[in-house]
Amino acid sequence: MRLVVDLNRCQGYAQCAFLAPDVFAMHGEESLLYNPHAEEAQREQVLRAATACPVQAILVEDTDEAPATMGEGLSGVR
Amino acid sequence: MSGDGALERLRREGRIVIVGASLAGLRAAETLRKEGFTGSLTLIGDEPHEPYDRPPLSKQVLLGHASADRTELPRRHGLDAQWRLGVAAAGLDMAAGRVRLDDGDEVEYDRLLITTGVRARPWPHPAEAELDGVFVLRTRDDAARLQRRLAASPRRVLVIGAGFTGSEIASACRERGLPVTVAERGAAPLVGALGGVIGQVAAELQRAHGVDLRCGIMVTGLEGDSAGRLRRAHLSDGTSIDTDVAVVSLGATRNTEWLAGSGLGAGPRGIACDAGCRAFDVRGIVTDDIFVAGDVARSPHALFGYQFLSLEHWGNAVAQAATAAHNMISSSSERRPHLWVPAFWSSQFGVNIKSVGVPSLGEEVIVAQGSLADHRFTGVYGYQGRVIAAVSFDQTKWLEFYQRQIESGAPFPPEYSSVDRRTEGLRPVPADFPDPSLPTHGPTVTVSGYSPTDQRITFTPGRG
Ligand SMILES: Cc1cc2nc3c(=O)[nH]c(=O)nc-3n(C[C@H](O)[C@H](O)[C@H](O)COP(=O)(O)OP(=O)(O)OC[C@H]3O[C@@H](n4cnc5c(N)ncnc54)[C@H](O)[C@@H]3O)c2cc1C
Repeated sequence: MRLVVDLNRCQGYAQCAFLAPDVFAMHGEESLLYNPHAEEAQREQVLRAATACPVQAILVEDTDEAPATMGEGLSGVR
Repeated sequence: MSGDGALERLRREGRIVIVGASLAGLRAAETLRKEGFTGSLTLIGDEPHEPYDRPPLSKQVLLGHASADRTELPRRHGLDAQWRLGVAAAGLDMAAGRVRLDDGDEVEYDRLLITTGVRARPWPHPAEAELDGVFVLRTRDDAARLQRRLAASPRRVLVIGAGFTGSEIASACRERGLPVTVAERGAAPLVGALGGVIGQVAAELQRAHGVDLRCGIMVTGLEGDSAGRLRRAHLSDGTSIDTDVAVVSLGATRNTEWLAGSGLGAGPRGIACDAGCRAFDVRGIVTDDIFVAGDVARSPHALFGYQFLSLEHWGNAVAQAATAAHNMISSSSERRPHLWVPAFWSSQFGVNIKSVGVPSLGEEVIVAQGSLADHRFTGVYGYQGRVIAAVSFDQTKWLEFYQRQIESGAPFPPEYSSVDRRTEGLRPVPADFPDPSLPTHGPTVTVSGYSPTDQRITFTPGRG
């Protein structure tokens, strides 16, 4: 699953690193490093982290709209 | 037909084309659909990939915590868009409302959004740039190549240019245990973006993490072996460095060449647009159907005397894309200005660096909280007696306060006594930006005056 964190917004509360440690990790005092492509098995933890984020900085792919993979260089409608 | 009727028809069945399928292009497309645009939507992107996020490429990806080909941006809405990926826009016919593609196809539009961004400035000597071991970092393909090479444990990595990207690359290499030399023409890393006072802290950070940092130095030549592999770099002080990897981090070039001769106000400094993201033509007249957003745009900002600003910032691309998209399908009274206060972050050597406002306008800087020596502080920049910007090293919590100060034009130096103010914070000192007539690759914010059709370019690559 895809995700992105708005790091301008992030205040380093580290709730996400606590709730989904396989995806989010603090690096130093207040830098957040995360994996923008989390394993499907992590979905529940990631959604929990996104909900818990005090500044709502975590954006997760909308499950219903997960785009079909598209061949490279192709045109397509989606 | 009344103006309102035309707008309704545009929203219902108009044709919107977005050139540049990355962060700004994707976010604009999402906003268009969210705001009820039901016409045809086409995204044209020269990269063969769907929109992906770039900031991880110099951080998580180089550290091996994420994969270069898995940073695609999440989608929030079904876009029902026509994607033309792996094909570049090659020309624009403004009168006919048509974009020409480099495969010969043409796409007609009622509204056009240009989000073609920037590309990495290549090493200026083409034969040297071709050497095996010479890299730039802008795309996911660049990142995949570089990360593969770093994983093969090179003897040394030379980073040419200590702006944000170069510094982040150096940080990732040190964290991987690789020997790193950083060559920077200016007096310190980040000097173009944050000035010499804060640049000194960045220099200390690099050295404390084992970077062989050389400032006031230019790389004058890259030398290959008989097999075309990089083996040595020559420096302006007459010394040389044995290295098998060089990462050229000399800033970016705007992707506007495809607009040459189109009549649009586009050039090496970007595409000028008004505060509502409408592009100017070369005569300085604003167009009604062509909009711009993201790294390629230069737009006037009310907080900074309406000078044109170019912002190579993630947050700017997001905010400006949303505004542009809204304005594309709104009547003039419903349009909004792009009033976003510039902000960015960088993560390097374990420190979270964040900024709001336009530091490079700053004449003076004061350490309002914390201490430079601790590498944990908030620096506040002043310009003509006003707070114009702030930067924090591991003190993100104070930035929002200073954002409000910038927005309200609060006086500088700050009159209040702040929490954790130390003696060094009692008096402002010159911010020590390099002479603006001496171009640097460093600033990711460029203030470029009042003329919408200014075509001058100031950068001259660092050759000795
Ligand atoms: C390594 C790296 C690290 C970064 N880290 C940070 C950070 O920590 N914080 C921060 O605030 N910002 C950071 N940024 C900057 C941020 O990624 C950019 O501001 C953002 O990507 C801008 O988005 P954009 O859509 O305007 O332009 P871009 O992302 O540059 O996208 C433009 C797209 O248009 C395509 N294109 C160009 N010409 C044509 C054409 N003629 N036809 C079709 N397509 C075309 C390009 O190939 C590209 O895909 C970083 C950037 C990089 C490269």
